[in-house]
Amino acid sequence: MTGWADHLIVLPILLPLVGAALMLLFDERRHMLKVMTSLATVAGLVLVSFLLLRGAAATGFGGEPATRAYLVGNWPAPYGIVFVIDWLSALMLMLTNTLGFATLLYSVARWDRAGPRFHALFLLQLMGLNGAFLTGDIFNLFVFFEILLAASYGLLLQGSGRVRVKAGLHYVSINTAASLLFLIGAGLIYGTTGTLNMADLATSIATIRGSDLSLVQSGMAILGIAFLIKAGMWPLGFWLPKTYAAAVPPVAALFAVLSKVGIYALLRVYLLLFGGGEGWTANFGEEWLLFGGMATIAFGTIGVLASRTLSGVAGNSILISSGTLLAAIGAGQGAVLGGVLFYLVSSTLGISAFYLLIELVERQDARPAAVPMREPVFDDEYPGVLDEDEEDQVGIVIPATIAILGGGFAFCALLLSGLPPLSGFIAKFAIIHGLIGLEQEIAPSIWWLTGLIIASGLATLIATTRAGINLIWTPSDRPQPVLRLTEAAPIGLLLAICLGLMIFAGPAMRYMERTGLSLDNRHGYIQSVLATPRATGGPTP
Amino acid sequence: MEIVLALGIGVLTGSGVWLILRPRTFQVIIGLSLISYAVNLFVYAMGRLRVDAPALVGKGAPDPAHYADPLPQALVLTAIVISFAMTALLLVVLLASRGLTGTDHVDGEEPE
Repeated sequence: MTGWADHLIVLPILLPLVGAALMLLFDERRHMLKVMTSLATVAGLVLVSFLLLRGAAATGFGGEPATRAYLVGNWPAPYGIVFVIDWLSALMLMLTNTLGFATLLYSVARWDRAGPRFHALFLLQLMGLNGAFLTGDIFNLFVFFEILLAASYGLLLQGSGRVRVKAGLHYVSINTAASLLFLIGAGLIYGTTGTLNMADLATSIATIRGSDLSLVQSGMAILGIAFLIKAGMWPLGFWLPKTYAAAVPPVAALFAVLSKVGIYALLRVYLLLFGGGEGWTANFGEEWLLFGGMATIAFGTIGVLASRTLSGVAGNSILISSGTLLAAIGAGQGAVLGGVLFYLVSSTLGISAFYLLIELVERQDARPAAVPMREPVFDDEYPGVLDEDEEDQVGIVIPATIAILGGGFAFCALLLSGLPPLSGFIAKFAIIHGLIGLEQEIAPSIWWLTGLIIASGLATLIATTRAGINLIWTPSDRPQPVLRLTEAAPIGLLLAICLGLMIFAGPAMRYMERTGLSLDNRHGYIQSVLATPRATGGPTP
Repeated sequence: MEIVLALGIGVLTGSGVWLILRPRTFQVIIGLSLISYAVNLFVYAMGRLRVDAPALVGKGAPDPAHYADPLPQALVLTAIVISFAMTALLLVVLLASRGLTGTDHVDGEEPE
């Protein structure tokens, strides 16, 4: 045990918590101080996730198991809560924190003053996300889900206004109901198996018999529904496009990763518990995932074509990507997991960049309904939103705005539709290759799924091209708006990462496939978690 | 005793689900509260219903047979705290919506 490095795994949760707590001590008027604190915290988060990712990749490619468990409070598993870092968690942490850094940078230009306590809520949101990806206990997953949901309610309502508050009302109600479903599922699982630790559950769930069997199956199904509401599967995802469209742009970009938390939870819980292939646990519920995913892709495709606003296109693209992931997980049984993870990373980054771009592109289309001057709500001298003419220019101004925006928009459109040579194409190709290469006779549902994946790309292409022609190609004699470096740089960062995914597709794909293999290797995970030794040295009670 | 608890949970859940689907925001909030009562009772009942069995252990080597399972009770405490915070937030959003739209309809406008 080497001391400090072992506790690195808790930092993604502790850093933002301490950062947010510190920030609440300062008055709202000290805006630059808060900006610096949150930027420093999130930069630290990116560094920590990079170290964790590098550690997982180094040990894993070196031949040893990459899964490491951390006993919180030194209580032995399965009685205590464990944080587990393995290939998948490290990947999701890196994705989330990078996205958080980019959107935070974007928000510094003007959107973080849309409402009070933006930075504290942002940090707490990242804390909830990081914790959800790290935890190895179902009820702890519920708690971190609630943390990230509570922060997201606050972030969604930033800026207020009729549309936003109505969307917020719907969002809060639906997610509270989903949390109650989560609780019912967790309760049923505990009542029948006696444990909530995921690794321990994996060892004991296959041996459930008798009347307990239907109870535990119901519990897992209800738990799955709670995850699928977050992911936006077809009959449960109607709230998603409108809600994300109502959010302030940097918040909407961060919300792109919220839908992936549901997919991650499904991957973790279901592959761990139901990948065994013995008895009733063999591929439990996979037809639901397959057909639900296909319905989601179809619904998203129609939605993308029917949207009259770009934010509607982006929201329905999230539905398409969720549906593709769900259906591929349901159909693939492990062979497709490499492509699924590649697609998850590529589509999340693309959609976030798209949300950020939309705001910039539409800003020059018409004089924006600027965030209006509003009376301060709280007594601690929250200054309210500054009028656009009065605020000092933050950062450097970039010339040739239209060219840059147009280029970025075209890049995003190619990325989202999955056209070559960008990473979106590589991801879809990997998924379809995995699906068709599965066995000798291919089921008709697989052909339908392949067709839907390709059709959704076509629909996204049509919708984005139509919008791009309207907004960017049509010449307009309005003066070019100001494009600040701090707004353009994050979009550039996200798109550069996607470009990197394309150029370094070989190593990236190798990592994703290795992750898929490790998710199939349930025993490695269970072994690492249950056999982690307690820390020795120091006073024992 | 079990039948009373089961009926109670069932009635609370049923009423809550009916209320959630109503068009007025206050009904939605009461519905969510009723469902959260039901869910909390349900999770508590997962520790098996026993009379005269405390959850806390005193000094000395305890005989587990005399004590109730404390884990579901801890889960319920956490769940109660989380749901009451969410209910408070939802109430604030209800008030904001009432102020901004002038109506308490969930969709922000009366149906035509």
